[in-house]
Amino acid sequence: MKLLSWFRGEAFQRGVHPPPCKLTAKTPIRRLPFPPRVIVPLSQHIGKPPRPIVKVGQEVVRGQPIAKAEDWLSVPHHAPVTGVVEFIGLRPGMRGPWVESIVIRAHPGATQEDLWGEPRDFSAASAQDILQAIWDTGMVGLGGAAFPTHAKLSVPQQAKVHTLVVNGCECEPYLTCDHRMMVEWTDDLIRGIRFAMRATGARRAIVGIEDNKPDACDAIRAAVACVAPLPEGEIHAELVPTKYPQGSEKMLIMALFGVEIPAGGLPVSLGMVVNNVGTLAALGKLLPAGRGLTERVVTITGPGVARPGDYIVPLGTPLSFILDYAGAPDAQAKEVILGGPMMGQAAASLEVPITKGISGIVVMRAQDMQLDGERKIYPCIKCAECVESCPMGLNPSMLGMLAAKREYDLMGSAYHLGECFECGCCSYVCPSNIPLVQQFRVAKQILREKAAAQKSS
Amino acid sequence: MTIEIRSAPHIKAPRNVAMIMRHVVYSLLPVCAFFVYQYGLSALASLLVVTASCLITERLFVKTGTQAGDISDFSAVITGLLLALSLPPAFPLWMGAVAGFVAIALGKALTGGIGFNVFNPALVGRAFVQAAFPQAIATYSPSFLPGRFSEFVPSSLAWPLMQPDDLMLWLKVKQLDALAAATPLARWKFEGVLAGAEELLTSLSGHMAVGPSPLLILLCGSYLAFRRFLDWRIPAAILGSAGLTAWLLFALSPERFPNPFFMLFSGGLILGAVYMATDMATSPVTPKGMWLYGALIGLLTVIIRYYSGLPEGVMYAILIANAATPLIEKVTQPTPFGKSALARLGHARRGASYPLHPGYISREEAHAVTPKKRFLWNKPKHDERHKPGGTNE
Repeated sequence: MKLLSWFRGEAFQRGVHPPPCKLTAKTPIRRLPFPPRVIVPLSQHIGKPPRPIVKVGQEVVRGQPIAKAEDWLSVPHHAPVTGVVEFIGLRPGMRGPWVESIVIRAHPGATQEDLWGEPRDFSAASAQDILQAIWDTGMVGLGGAAFPTHAKLSVPQQAKVHTLVVNGCECEPYLTCDHRMMVEWTDDLIRGIRFAMRATGARRAIVGIEDNKPDACDAIRAAVACVAPLPEGEIHAELVPTKYPQGSEKMLIMALFGVEIPAGGLPVSLGMVVNNVGTLAALGKLLPAGRGLTERVVTITGPGVARPGDYIVPLGTPLSFILDYAGAPDAQAKEVILGGPMMGQAAASLEVPITKGISGIVVMRAQDMQLDGERKIYPCIKCAECVESCPMGLNPSMLGMLAAKREYDLMGSAYHLGECFECGCCSYVCPSNIPLVQQFRVAKQILREKAAAQKSS
Repeated sequence: MTIEIRSAPHIKAPRNVAMIMRHVVYSLLPVCAFFVYQYGLSALASLLVVTASCLITERLFVKTGTQAGDISDFSAVITGLLLALSLPPAFPLWMGAVAGFVAIALGKALTGGIGFNVFNPALVGRAFVQAAFPQAIATYSPSFLPGRFSEFVPSSLAWPLMQPDDLMLWLKVKQLDALAAATPLARWKFEGVLAGAEELLTSLSGHMAVGPSPLLILLCGSYLAFRRFLDWRIPAAILGSAGLTAWLLFALSPERFPNPFFMLFSGGLILGAVYMATDMATSPVTPKGMWLYGALIGLLTVIIRYYSGLPEGVMYAILIANAATPLIEKVTQPTPFGKSALARLGHARRGASYPLHPGYISREEAHAVTPKKRFLWNKPKHDERHKPGGTNE
């Protein structure tokens, strides 16, 4: 009943409530051992992949840059382990096609401490210096979208940013890495928030946390109380009612401020910049030490995992190694999801490495899939569940029918396909099992290709 | 080991078509039980025969590949039960079978099966028999006849392709001819007799010729609405608009028109509003569209009842609104997030935890930097961004 959402005071309209399944909300962050080989795909983020600057056979130490960004929308990569570059070429990628990767064989027994970076003092640094330092860490959005952080934090010249919104919603079921980071790495997070505030010029920061994580909110408030008053401005932590997809920046801003970002606009047009808590916590760790991003916290969870938990995983660790360590018997695993179950990708192979944008690995068994055995697709019965659940206020039922008829242009022009951010609510609720989101992805891809073809001609 | 690749989302809400249909059938069971209690064997036979006819027809057309779906999804059962509930209880069984066949064949299979139907199948079947057998469909046997559980009303057992015997004659033989054999609506329209509230609501007192109990339907419907198997907006809009229209006319000339309460609870309005108009496939999917659709049905019902030669108008009102559904949907597409007037003006909505502009930036300044809308992609222009100097090694 959507009537209830009004009484519950839910922050944004529509959306869904998938079962939270946060199995690992109470387990502390642990470190995963180093694999014998790490695979670093060059393209781990939105934008142009960087260019490798190491050769096969070259010795690298942990934290050493191995690829250099050549474009503004691109970030460098750093060696996750100390070892020898074994191979530079095509390896299986998470989306299926093989991608250009750098494979490093770890030296057995070598110390795996970061040997590269040197601590820096940022007390007098300008916003430009901080942005440059962020770029040098190779940081991208660790929430899943993997948008280069320096690009997100650079404010267009004519814009003024007054608020930094820190996204601690973690609305995906199963995932708890942001939650654990907020609880355990609170000081790093505060430091990261301060850096981001200085980089953007925001005078206040607000951490939006879903109300199923009150301990995280308390931890942040306590930590802020210890360091207040800060020269950068004030930092608040705020609980918002739990609902998927609150982690989308537009929904979170709606929840916190009650404003809609105009269609086609960005939060910066209302003077806001949104960043994920994991990203800022990692920044708070890396920037003062002058190191690059070589590892990230990944939630390894799901019904098919014997020892679920949040692990610090070196980037480039193959899935098979992680699953062996966390105890996922092969016979049980039916599907291995990279990311959360609502928006994540199914891994095409277990040789796929962990990249910067993977926030979780969810292992599903056949019996947990909550699907009818054959997943029979029925015709649309027009039950309107998808219309009731689309957070962007689209009409997925109509869009799906148009997609079935290949009317892609109409979808884009008359039914606002471009506003869809593929959260999956419509597919989740569809009683006919129609793969709506998948159809929209295909439609958007086709429209993108069409637009590109028109541009070039 | 094999791992599967599926597209996101990888979890699903525990709801599928068969489950929705099953729940509607469950909610109809109490209504059917009371219907049988009212009218005895004839009503039971009618429910069974019509439903069986719907199922057999569905099976036939699924087997020949004419339509999508399957009989295991229970949608034909709903059609059958609703059709039987909307027909007179002692409707000749062979005519009921014809109604069931037409409902599925013309109402559903013709357009391609479940989800593709334009008109509510049960009402298509009923409209057909109303045109074909006008006499039989206007003949209601009184409820609570003595001996209703031991013998059929003879009209039920009419030979196929034959008209049933005269009900009044049979009632005379049984010395029950003082009872009404016309519905309250027909009696009001043609004889000017108004039925009382308790008769309409419970169908328990007197020997009124009424259909299933409205109160029970409302109760079962509210269960469905609460579990979100039907949209509460549609019945609310129908009853609201019918009530309002009837009340307006009643206020204008109370001597010509009955009170709105009578309008709401007589005939098939409640059954239509709760179960027929809320048929998912034939009603709009947009929230605004549902209100409009319901309002249209309510208005048309009252107009047909008052100003046409027919005593009952719910069926035609719903069928007309079904036909209007695509048009209604077209004009009531939901407003996407960020395109509302509020978003354009930059005003905050209720429920905000924080003020948006705490004096750091004025609204004009904020809007001066709103990027112009570009087709499909909202990505920022990178060349507009300020690039930090230096290298990144």
